Amino acid sequence: MEKMSRVTTALGGSVLTGRTMHCHLDAPANAISVCRDAAQVVVAGRSIFKIYAIEEEQFVEKLNLRVGRKPSLNLSCADVVWHQMDENLLATAATNGVVVTWNLGRPSRNKQDQLFTEHKRTVNKVCFHPTEAHVLLSGSQDGFMKCFDLRRKDSVSTFSGQSESVRDVQFSIRDYFTFASTFENGNVQLWDIRRPDRCERMFTAHNGPVFCCDWHPEDRGWLATGGRDKMVKVWDMTTHRAKEMHCVQTIASVARVKWRPECRHHLATCSMMVDHNIYVWDVRRPFVPAAMFEEHRDVTTGIAWRHPHDPSFLLSGSKDSSLCQHLFRDASQPVERANPEGLCYGLFGDLAFAAKESLVAAESGRKPYAGDRRHPIFFKRKLDPAEPFAGLASSALSVFEMEPGGGSMGWFVDTAERYALAGRPLAELCDHNAKVARELGRNQVAQTWTMLRIIYCSPGLVPSANLNHSMGKGSACGLPLMNSFNLKDMTPGLGSETRLDRSKGDTRSDTVLLDSSATLVTNEDNEETEGSDVPADYLLGDVEGEEDELYLLDPDHTHPEEPECVLPQEAFPLRHEIVDTPPGPEHLQDKADSPHVSGSEADTISLAPMDSSFSLLSVSHALYDSRLPPDFFSVLVRDMLHFYAEQGDVQMAVSVLIVLGDRVRKDIDEQTQEHWYTSYIDLLQRFRLWNVSNEVVKLSTSRAVSCLNQASTTLHVNCSHCKRPMSSRGWVCDRCHRCASMCAVCHHVVKGLFVWCQGCSHGGHLQHIMKWLEGSSHCPAGCGHLCEYS
Amino acid sequence: MRKGDCQGKTPIVMAEGENEVRWDGLCSRDSATRETALENIRQVVLRKAEGLRSVKETPSCPSDGLSNTASLDELNKLLVHLLMLSKRCPFKDVREKSEFILKSIQELGIRIPRPLGHGPSRFIPEKEILQVGSEDARMHTLFEESFAALGRLDNITLVMVFHPQYLESFLKTQHYLLQMDGPLPLHYRHYIGIMAAARHQCSYLVNLHVNDFLHVGGDPKWLNGLENAPQKLQNLGELNKVLAHRPWLITKEHIEVSDSFFEVEALMEKMRQLQECRDEEEASQEEMTSRFEMEKRESMFVFSSDDEEVTPARDVSRHFEDTSYGYKDFSRHGMHVPTFRVQDYCWEDHGYSLVNRLYPDVGQLIDEKFHIAYNLTYNTMAMHKDVDTSMLRRAIWNYIHCMFGIRYDDYDYGEINQLLDRSFKVYIKTVVCTPEKVTKRMYDSFWRQFKHSEKVHVNLLLVEARVQAELLYALRAITRYMT
Repeated sequence: MEKMSRVTTALGGSVLTGRTMHCHLDAPANAISVCRDAAQVVVAGRSIFKIYAIEEEQFVEKLNLRVGRKPSLNLSCADVVWHQMDENLLATAATNGVVVTWNLGRPSRNKQDQLFTEHKRTVNKVCFHPTEAHVLLSGSQDGFMKCFDLRRKDSVSTFSGQSESVRDVQFSIRDYFTFASTFENGNVQLWDIRRPDRCERMFTAHNGPVFCCDWHPEDRGWLATGGRDKMVKVWDMTTHRAKEMHCVQTIASVARVKWRPECRHHLATCSMMVDHNIYVWDVRRPFVPAAMFEEHRDVTTGIAWRHPHDPSFLLSGSKDSSLCQHLFRDASQPVERANPEGLCYGLFGDLAFAAKESLVAAESGRKPYAGDRRHPIFFKRKLDPAEPFAGLASSALSVFEMEPGGGSMGWFVDTAERYALAGRPLAELCDHNAKVARELGRNQVAQTWTMLRIIYCSPGLVPSANLNHSMGKGSACGLPLMNSFNLKDMTPGLGSETRLDRSKGDTRSDTVLLDSSATLVTNEDNEETEGSDVPADYLLGDVEGEEDELYLLDPDHTHPEEPECVLPQEAFPLRHEIVDTPPGPEHLQDKADSPHVSGSEADTISLAPMDSSFSLLSVSHALYDSRLPPDFFSVLVRDMLHFYAEQGDVQMAVSVLIVLGDRVRKDIDEQTQEHWYTSYIDLLQRFRLWNVSNEVVKLSTSRAVSCLNQASTTLHVNCSHCKRPMSSRGWVCDRCHRCASMCAVCHHVVKGLFVWCQGCSHGGHLQHIMKWLEGSSHCPAGCGHLCEYS
Repeated sequence: MRKGDCQGKTPIVMAEGENEVRWDGLCSRDSATRETALENIRQVVLRKAEGLRSVKETPSCPSDGLSNTASLDELNKLLVHLLMLSKRCPFKDVREKSEFILKSIQELGIRIPRPLGHGPSRFIPEKEILQVGSEDARMHTLFEESFAALGRLDNITLVMVFHPQYLESFLKTQHYLLQMDGPLPLHYRHYIGIMAAARHQCSYLVNLHVNDFLHVGGDPKWLNGLENAPQKLQNLGELNKVLAHRPWLITKEHIEVSDSFFEVEALMEKMRQLQECRDEEEASQEEMTSRFEMEKRESMFVFSSDDEEVTPARDVSRHFEDTSYGYKDFSRHGMHVPTFRVQDYCWEDHGYSLVNRLYPDVGQLIDEKFHIAYNLTYNTMAMHKDVDTSMLRRAIWNYIHCMFGIRYDDYDYGEINQLLDRSFKVYIKTVVCTPEKVTKRMYDSFWRQFKHSEKVHVNLLLVEARVQAELLYALRAITRYMT
C-alpha cells in the first residue's frame, strides 16, 4: 500500500525521541494538527494560528500564520488540519463559515491560499482525503458538508445532512470513497463521496450531539464516536446494520476521540467541559482509563498522536493556552493506583473480600485469618468462583460469613421494631420501652427508660407503696437495683471499652469494683422480678451520683453471694448501689482518657472524683424531696443521650429524644440532633426497617430530617401494554388507550390502592388480592406463580 | 400505591376556620373524587350563606357587625374562587357545578362576584383567546396537567396555549424546578422566584410566588424584605440584580461570594430558577393586567432608562434594595466588557453539560425548551403560507443576544436591520430589558397584520433568547470559577 510505505519512509528508521513538555501559547487553542514528518505541529484558535517545531527538549515557534494588520474573522479558527500527503498544505475552518487553505510553500509572508465562503454558518470541521492530494471536506453548523477540489474555486459537491449542524466529518482511511459525518441531533451518517444526493447509511449513535468520530487506522469499518452524553462508542460498520462493539462511559462530554496507533483497542479522548484531562482507554475495559494525562489546567481542545505509527507520543492543545507533548511512559495509570483489593463489611457481620486472583491463589494454601490472634475464628470462608474480567484482569471474591449468634445485630432490629415512640402518655412509653429493653437483655437501657419515666412523670404517679414493695423484693433476692445496672449486660458494642477497663480493675485490685461486678453476676435472676416501678429516690440518686457510692458500700460487701450482707440498713446502701452503675458521661470520659494506665492508676483516677460527687449526691437527694422540677435533670439527661450516642447506640439517643420531645430538645443543639437522626435513619434503612425509619422521620422535629419523606414522592408508572410512561392518568394509557392496571380478581380498573406481586407482576385491588390469597397461594391471574402477600 | 394522588398539591388551600374548604379534591383526575369535593364545597358555602342571611334577618347588637363582615369576606373569597373555577377549570363538571353553586347562592339573595376582567391578557382581546372548554385533546391534557399541579389555570398558561408544544415543555420545566426534588428547599425556590420577579416589578408573579411560598411553609417574616431572609438568600440579591439587568457583568467573584454559603449546585438551581421566573414573567408581563402606570411611560419609550425609574409599587419594592439598578445599553456602557463569543462558549456544547452536571435532568429540560422555542414554526406569516421563517427567527434571536453583548461570528448583523423594523425593535428591547414598561400601544404597533398567536410566538422567542443569554453569562462565570 502506497500510504504505508510512505509513512515508513517518513519515520525513516530514526525513532522518535522527546520528553513530556509543554509550551505557552499566546491564546487558547481550538485545534491542533501534526505534520506528516512528525516534527511540526500547527495550533489554531480564535486568535492564534502558529506552527511549532517539536524539538527534543522544547517546542520552538516556527511560523506565525496570523498576519495582516487587522485580523479578520477568517482567521478565527474552529478547526485546523494538516495534509498527510503534502507538508505544505493546511486547511482551517473559520467560525464565520469560511474554509481557508494555506500553502506554506508560498514565498510571501501571507501563506493564505484559497478562500471558500460557501457555508452560511460556522464550519466545525475540515478534513483532507487521506490519499488524494486535492480533496478537502468540510462540515458546518448549517447542516451541509461540502467537498472541495483545491484545483477549483468552488465546491465540487454538497451533501445535505437534512438535519441540524454537522459536528465532525472524517474520511475513511480504508475505503477510498467513504466518509462519516456526525450531527448535533445524535445521528451518524455514512456517505459515498460520489453520491451527494443521499447518504448510504444513517443511524442514531448518541443521545444528544455527537461531537466527534474517528476511523480505526487498521480495522476496516471500525468507527469510534464520542458525544455529549459522555460516551464513546465503537461501531462496526462492515455489517448490514451498524453494530455497537464497545461503549466507554467517561465523566464528561467527549469532544475529541483519536485511535492510538499500533494499539488496536486503545483510543484517546478529551472533554470540552469540566474535565481537563486526556484519557487513553482500552475499549475492552470501559470503566478505568488505561492512561491519563493531567497536565492541562483548562479543557483540552485538540489532541493528536504525533506519528501514525508511534503509540507513545501524544500532542494536545488546550483552552489554558498551552501546547503539550505527553509521553506515554509518563502518563499516570489509574489502574495502578486502583486498590487491587476490596473489603466490605456486611450488615450482619459478614465480610466480603475481593482481590486479584493471583494474590488469592498464592494464599489459597493456608487458611485465611486462622493464625490471627486478634480475630476470633468465627469466620467461615466461602470461595466464589472467580469472575474473569474481559480476559484482562480477574479477581476472586471471598465471602466470610458470620457464625450465627456471634455479635449479631438482632437486638437492634428487635428494639427498633418494638419500641413505642409516640401516641401514648410518656410514662407508658417509658415503661413499654423499658420492658422491651429488658426482654432483650439490655438492662442498662431498660433502667435508663425507667429513670426517665421517674424524672419526667410527676412523682405522685409512683405509688409510695412501690418503695416498700421493691425493698421487700430486694431483701429476698439481693440487690435488685444494683443488679440491673450490671455492666455485663451492656451490649458489646456499647460498653466493651468500659468493660475492659473495669475488668482490669477487677483483677488488679480488690476494691469496690470487683465486688460490685461479682454481685451483679450472681444476681441475674433479679432482672425479671425487678419491675419498672423502681422507687423514685433510688433512681434519682442513681443518675446523680456516678459510681462513688459503691466505694462506701464496699466494706459491707465482702461476700456478694450473701444477699443479707448487701442490705444492711434500708435506704443508705441502696442508694449507693444505684449510684454506681450508670456510667455517666463525665465518668466515662475519665475512663476513656486513661485506658492505658495500669490498673491501680486507673482505680485511683476513677476514685478521685467519687468523693466530690458523693457530697453532691446527698445534696441532690435532699433537694429531690422538695419536688425538683424535671428541668433540673435536663443536663444529666442530655449527657446521658450524648453518652449513648458516643457509644454507638444512636438508637437509644434518638428514641429518648423522640419520646421526651420538648423536654430535652432545647438542651441539645440542632446539628447534633440532626446528626443522630440521620445516622439512626441510615441504620434503619440498611436493615430495611422502612416503616420504622419512616416513623422516625415523621416524629423528628428537625426540619432537615422531617423533609426527608417529603421528597421523591412521585411514582412513575409505565403502561403495561405499550411500555410507555403514563403521564396523565394512573390507569388509562394515553397512547394505546387501554386500561393499564386491571385487577386480576375482579377484572376492573384499579384506581386506588394497587398491590402487585413482584414475582409475576399481577395484582389488583388490595382487598381483593388479600382475600384471594387467603384462599389460594396461586396468582389470581392464573399464571401459576406462587404469590406471597405479607 | 396510590395513583393520581401524587400530584394533588394545591397551593390554594387557605385556612378557612372550622368550616374548612378543601379545594385539592378538585384537582383529582377521578371524577368521583371531584364530585365529592364539590359537594363538600357546596355544603360549606351554603352553610355560610345561610348563616349570614339569618344574621341579616335578625338584626343584633353592633358588635356582631364586625364578625358579620369578616364572615362575609370569607364567603366572598370562596365565591371568587368558585367563579374562577367556573371559568377556568379544565374539568367540565367542575365548571358547571361551580356555576350552579354560585347561582343557588344568588337565589339566596347574596350578591355574587362577576368577572371584572378582559381575559387573561390585557393586550389580546378576550375573544381571540382560547376559551376553556373549547380546547382540543392535546391542549386539554396540558390544562389538566397544569391544573392538577397548581390548582389553577393561570393567565400565562391560557396565553401560551396558542403554542401547546412549547407550553408542554415549559410546564414540565417549571414543575421540575419548582416542585420536584432538588438541592434547594421548596420555600427557597419560591423566595428566589419572588426576588427575580420583583426585579421587574411584576406584581402578578410576585403574588403567585408569595402564595406558593407561604403554602410550602415559608416564613412570612422573610416577605418583609430581603434583610429578613437567611444570609444565603441575601447573598443572592446582588447576583439576582446583575443577572436580571446586566448579565455581562457577572464575574467569577460573584459566584465566589455566593458560593461561600452555597453549594455551586444549589446556586445553579437558583439561577435556573431566576431565569425561569423571569421568563414566566415576561411572557405574562406583556399580556398581563399590570398595575404600573404604563400610559405615562408611553411617550418616552426611548432606549435608555438610566434616570427615569418608576417607583415600584410598595409590596414589590421590599424585595430588592437597589431600585436604581436597571438595564443599560451594552454598547453604551462605560466599562469595557469584552464581547461574548458564542463560538467559544455556547449552550449546546458547554452550557448544557455544565447544567446537567450541577442539576441533573434540568439541562435536558431546558435544552428541549430552547429547541422548541427556536424551531417552532407553522410556516406561516400573517396571511401567507409555506414560508420559511428560520431567517426571521434567527434574526430575532441574535438581535436579543446582541443586546446582551453576545456575538455570533457566523452571522451577518446587517440582516437584522433588513428584517426588523424600528417599532418591532423597540418592542423587543422593551420586553427583553424592561418588561415592566411594555404598553399596549407598543404591542399593537408592530407587525400590524400578524395574528395574536404569532405575536405570542415572538414573545416566547424573546423570552427564551433572553434566558439563554443570561444563562450563558452565568454559566461561563461558574465554569471559570470551577477551573
